[in-house]
Amino acid sequence: MADVRFDSVTKVYEGGVQAVDRFSMSISDGEFIVLVGPSGCGKSTTLRMLAGLESTTDGSILIDDQVVNDMPASERDIAMVFQDYALYPHMTVQANLAFGIDRRRTHRSRLRALCAPSYANRRREELARVRTRVQDAARTLGIEDLLERHPRELSGGQRQRVALGRALVRDPRVFLLDEPLSNLDARLRLQMRAELRMLHRSMGATMVYVTHDQEEAMTLGDRLVVMKDGVVQQCDTPMAIYERPANRFVAGFIGTPSMHFLPGTLTGSTFATDGGPSLQLPDPGPDGPCLLGLRPDAVVPADTGFQAVVEVIEHYGDCTDLVLRCGDHELVSRIRGHYEGREGDTATFAIKHRGVHWFEPGENGRRIQP
Amino acid sequence: MSRTRANRTWYIPLLLGTVAMLFPLWWMITLSLKTEADASAALTRGRGLLSVPADPQWGNYGEAIRRVGTSEWWGFLDALANSIVVTTVVLVATILSSSLVGFAFARIRFRGNKVLFLLMLATMMLPAQVTMIPLFLLFRSMGWVDTLLPLIVPAFFGSAFFIFMYRQFIAQVPESLIEAARIDGYGWLGAWWKIILPLCRPVTAITAVFTFIFVWNDFMTPLIYLHSEDQSTLAVALNSFRNQFNGIKDVHLLMALSVVTMIPCIVLFFAAQKHFIEGLGRGAVKG
Repeated sequence: MADVRFDSVTKVYEGGVQAVDRFSMSISDGEFIVLVGPSGCGKSTTLRMLAGLESTTDGSILIDDQVVNDMPASERDIAMVFQDYALYPHMTVQANLAFGIDRRRTHRSRLRALCAPSYANRRREELARVRTRVQDAARTLGIEDLLERHPRELSGGQRQRVALGRALVRDPRVFLLDEPLSNLDARLRLQMRAELRMLHRSMGATMVYVTHDQEEAMTLGDRLVVMKDGVVQQCDTPMAIYERPANRFVAGFIGTPSMHFLPGTLTGSTFATDGGPSLQLPDPGPDGPCLLGLRPDAVVPADTGFQAVVEVIEHYGDCTDLVLRCGDHELVSRIRGHYEGREGDTATFAIKHRGVHWFEPGENGRRIQP
Repeated sequence: MSRTRANRTWYIPLLLGTVAMLFPLWWMITLSLKTEADASAALTRGRGLLSVPADPQWGNYGEAIRRVGTSEWWGFLDALANSIVVTTVVLVATILSSSLVGFAFARIRFRGNKVLFLLMLATMMLPAQVTMIPLFLLFRSMGWVDTLLPLIVPAFFGSAFFIFMYRQFIAQVPESLIEAARIDGYGWLGAWWKIILPLCRPVTAITAVFTFIFVWNDFMTPLIYLHSEDQSTLAVALNSFRNQFNGIKDVHLLMALSVVTMIPCIVLFFAAQKHFIEGLGRGAVKG
């Protein structure tokens, strides 16, 4: 396993499109890092630069303090799980798993094995080691029964396991995973997510995982790197990002349902929304024009507070989401259990302390510490 | 019901087409089994042109093989060996070179990729007759005339048509497979050999069948470059056989030798039929 460091890494494609802009971060040995962001934010490009599948325009990538910018992918000793699994369709599962380590055998020549008995012995030992590693990986992932099958004979979940197994067998310095769960159905995704987490814990491997699914990112990563337009917006633990988002984009991207923003002016603990009612907040915030960010669980039905029209009610069993119309603004309230009211009713809501965030006005408003 | 009937109606032209296609083959086989007198009568007076002889002359085949060239048996064996060598080497070389170039055009990003590909496609517009004399002069200056080299060496530089087919096919192969191979420790050549070539089986089957049939039956190129009898291929040997026996006189033997020459093509077609049709369909839909 290894440390990874990005030092001001920049990627500009031919034609001038800037995919990644001065990306810097250090990944510790055994850490699970998740790069998360919307499509086109540069997360996959960053991963591919680390893999050696894309060149860097500027900056350095270091694995174990060794600059790998000009090192071919084949020599970086990394393994990658692709979004579409990239299993070799003409090979059996066994051959797929063995493909990577087979290449690294030093005694591969059949001809020399025929001529020199000592060479043949070493070749046999290497082959036995490959077989053992394939068996071990297959056992870990529960795919021992599938070794003789071809990828076309496997289900999506089984293919996913084989793809993971192929990386596992290699025992690489760094595991790279590029949206590996995005082709699975919701149930299988949950299951594989848990398995991945357990696998990481048992192996203690350095993993870099790319996803656009913030829920996946929150549940898997030791640390998240939230990216937008090739720029790192925030890098921190999942809870720190959820509770203290660095800016409006991060606040809106992390959390389901996403945070809602109300522009207005705060005076003490009274927030006068632009084009809506005045809201009474539990604590005072930064005086002056600002953006109020509300997590859905910060808005709750109450006896006193502000009035809003309940436009949509979405029942999820254990909780209910209410889409509220509050003047010109829309808000979402997430409450536990069942909501007794009806769509179209006007009801009273209040704002809880937890889940209130302040940002500078504008699209890219930074967080304001009250 | 009416739909089924309409579908069946389509069988009539298909059946007629099949008969038209099979007619020369049937004619050749029946003639090859007739006596010299019957074969001449069939050709000159049209008597029993297509009928199976009551007493098939299987011995015609042995006789035809024996009388190829000036030295008994050896004329045929030399021509057969030359045909096998030329066809095998050209087949392997065409598959390897065309798939490699097609792979480069489809997957390796380099400056001038599209221009080179268009130039390569443009060479398909040139009729073979245009390049015949310049090529002959070139090979003569290299001292390759009356050797098998002019028939073999050009195949190592790929064929524009097959490069195009491979390129179109490989463009459909997910990029991630090649990237996975690179991460697994293989370079471009390794990825081509281990991943791309095995996946290109349908195109390879088409290339193999087309190349085999073309090279095996090629008359013009060996005629231009090969002068000695021991260097000739089967297609040229057939021609010398006909001239030697004054054409129409021993037509039954000529037909027998033609059948013998055709057998490998038919066997290969049936052996590769599944992949061949799959490959043709793929080219038609995605090409």
